[in-house]
Amino acid sequence: MTQSQQTRRLFLGVLRPIGMTLMPVIAALVVSGVVLLLVGVNPLSYYGLVVQSGLLNPYGLQDTITRTGPLMLLGSSLLVSFRAGIWNLGTDGQYLLGSLAAAVCAPNLVGTMPLPLALVLSMICGSFVGSAWALLPALLRAYQGVNEVITSLMMTFLGTGLCAVLIKLCFRDPAKSEPETLALRFADRLPHMFGTTVSSGVVFALLVLIITHLLLVHTSWGLRIQILGANPSAARHAGFNVNRMTTLVFVASGALAGLAGATDLVGSLGSLRANWTPDYGMTVVPIVFLSRLNGWTIIVFIFVFSVLSIGSQNASLLLGVPLYYNLAFVGLLLIFFALIEYLDKRRQLQMV
Amino acid sequence: MSLLSDQFLSSLIFGSVTAAVPLLLAGCGEQVSEKAGVMNIGLEGMILLGAYVGFLVAYYEESFWLGFLAGALAGGVVAFVVVAIPCVWMAMNQVIIGLALTLVVQGLTALLQFFQFSHSYPRLPDVDLIPIPLLSDIRIIGPGLFNHQGLVYISVLICIGLSLVFRFTHFGMNLTAAGSKPAALDAAGIDVAMTRTVAVVITGLLAGLGGAFMSEVGGGIFVPLMSNGAGYIGIVLAMLARGKPSIVLGGSLVYGACLQATTAMQVTGIDIPTDVIQMLPFAVVIIILVAFGRKSSLPAELGIPYFRGQRG
Repeated sequence: MTQSQQTRRLFLGVLRPIGMTLMPVIAALVVSGVVLLLVGVNPLSYYGLVVQSGLLNPYGLQDTITRTGPLMLLGSSLLVSFRAGIWNLGTDGQYLLGSLAAAVCAPNLVGTMPLPLALVLSMICGSFVGSAWALLPALLRAYQGVNEVITSLMMTFLGTGLCAVLIKLCFRDPAKSEPETLALRFADRLPHMFGTTVSSGVVFALLVLIITHLLLVHTSWGLRIQILGANPSAARHAGFNVNRMTTLVFVASGALAGLAGATDLVGSLGSLRANWTPDYGMTVVPIVFLSRLNGWTIIVFIFVFSVLSIGSQNASLLLGVPLYYNLAFVGLLLIFFALIEYLDKRRQLQMV
Repeated sequence: MSLLSDQFLSSLIFGSVTAAVPLLLAGCGEQVSEKAGVMNIGLEGMILLGAYVGFLVAYYEESFWLGFLAGALAGGVVAFVVVAIPCVWMAMNQVIIGLALTLVVQGLTALLQFFQFSHSYPRLPDVDLIPIPLLSDIRIIGPGLFNHQGLVYISVLICIGLSLVFRFTHFGMNLTAAGSKPAALDAAGIDVAMTRTVAVVITGLLAGLGGAFMSEVGGGIFVPLMSNGAGYIGIVLAMLARGKPSIVLGGSLVYGACLQATTAMQVTGIDIPTDVIQMLPFAVVIIILVAFGRKSSLPAELGIPYFRGQRG
């Protein structure tokens, strides 16, 4: 093999995927930078502040790492469902109700049993509630053929409302002026790591994401899911019970999203305020696409996005840019991702 | 105020109709592109963009009708650029593009609103109502149904017009064919991509118009994320209506009534969080889906891009 062929193979094998992944990010950064210019903010100083306060500042970095926890669990939730060709866009509702379940369980259980058991039970409870919230869209999709994009989005609207109502009417801590659940004491939360403020929930989330990825890639179970996603009628012909698999995968995805909420609550939030909607799920959707459904890449992207998300909180305070900016950025990222995917596919067709 | 006073009841009906109009327009629009085989998940974004642009123009030009026009045009343009070109011509994934469109519009309009209006929160003046002679004199129903801003009547006419177009024109037939059997339409010598493009642009125009009505007449103000899921409800309505605009009309009135229930309950002194009310339309839609989900029929080729010459 000649030198040039080797370089060419290296380029195609390693650099091309990296380039394909970075290009949408750069394009989105440039276009949203133009938007910042239009509203009179210097994009360079904005991005500089984001990196400064989200990555370089030690406290910011700790917050950033903590933020990757719920995002990675949501990432594994979306990874499972997207691989099966199921659009579970209701992870925000599942997340919120999962964390509400944990917020109700944890403070009440803590006194009655050993602390680790109480926390684990609360997390199981949260993932159970998350999966229950995914059940309806799952059944509608599997047995009625109703498009799950719409139903799962609506379940998010319902879930956010239900969460707020339940906090206001049933689980409100009477000692607080704002509607909020009973707080889990700092000492009772998941332990921090190495004297930092980083919750050990992050390690748990990382493990779950890696295990999910390995299960999906290296087991027959994962292969079945992939076949279901790639071609449902082929899956049916291969003798899979497609309806039941669809339901199960959807519910599993909901369980992971609920677990994300519960872990976030017992790890770092401690209590849940009414009408608090972080919309993590919708921001993880583009990340999972951008990773091309690969768990390792998701980890990298989630870290980068957490820097943006934590950094922009500070930058928005200093420069007066509302956090809505992140929404626009994520949307642009999706558009450029689809565009570059399209251009690449067309180029490959032309090369053949 | 007494609960059953004529004035109160008619104001409830009036409010329901006002809240229903954006959904009616957007739902009818969505029906056009669903018929033609394009799933427009970005409907929410189109409504929101129409709302922002409509408000902006109405505020600076001091004309409601210019605002409506601008809102509709904004919806149409964004539908063409962000949905028709990528999804119809370039065969990109319709769900990804739709989601992205909604996210970008949510972010951008909220950002722009923050820099332009968040310090002053300007309001538009009250709209001129056009009473329909004779009918508007009927007790309760008259002021509620027959004394509205002009666009309300126009949107009902659009709804009726669409059902006529669907049923009696070549264009309507072409739309149905583009959604159920694009190869047949292609064989008949009609451009599938063009038919679908026109359908998507009509969706954008109507959704933008609905959005402009929402901000100009419904609220008199633009607030970030004000469409609050109306786009998704519009998609479900279009799905359940099985190609019949009249069902979208009925459904959007139910939605409007759900929203008006807030006022009614507050007046009657039932103290429940407003979140319950905001959940109501979604709960109703989910219940309807559970009950009638099997009957919601969608065109065979919905969401599937068509390539010229692909006869399948």
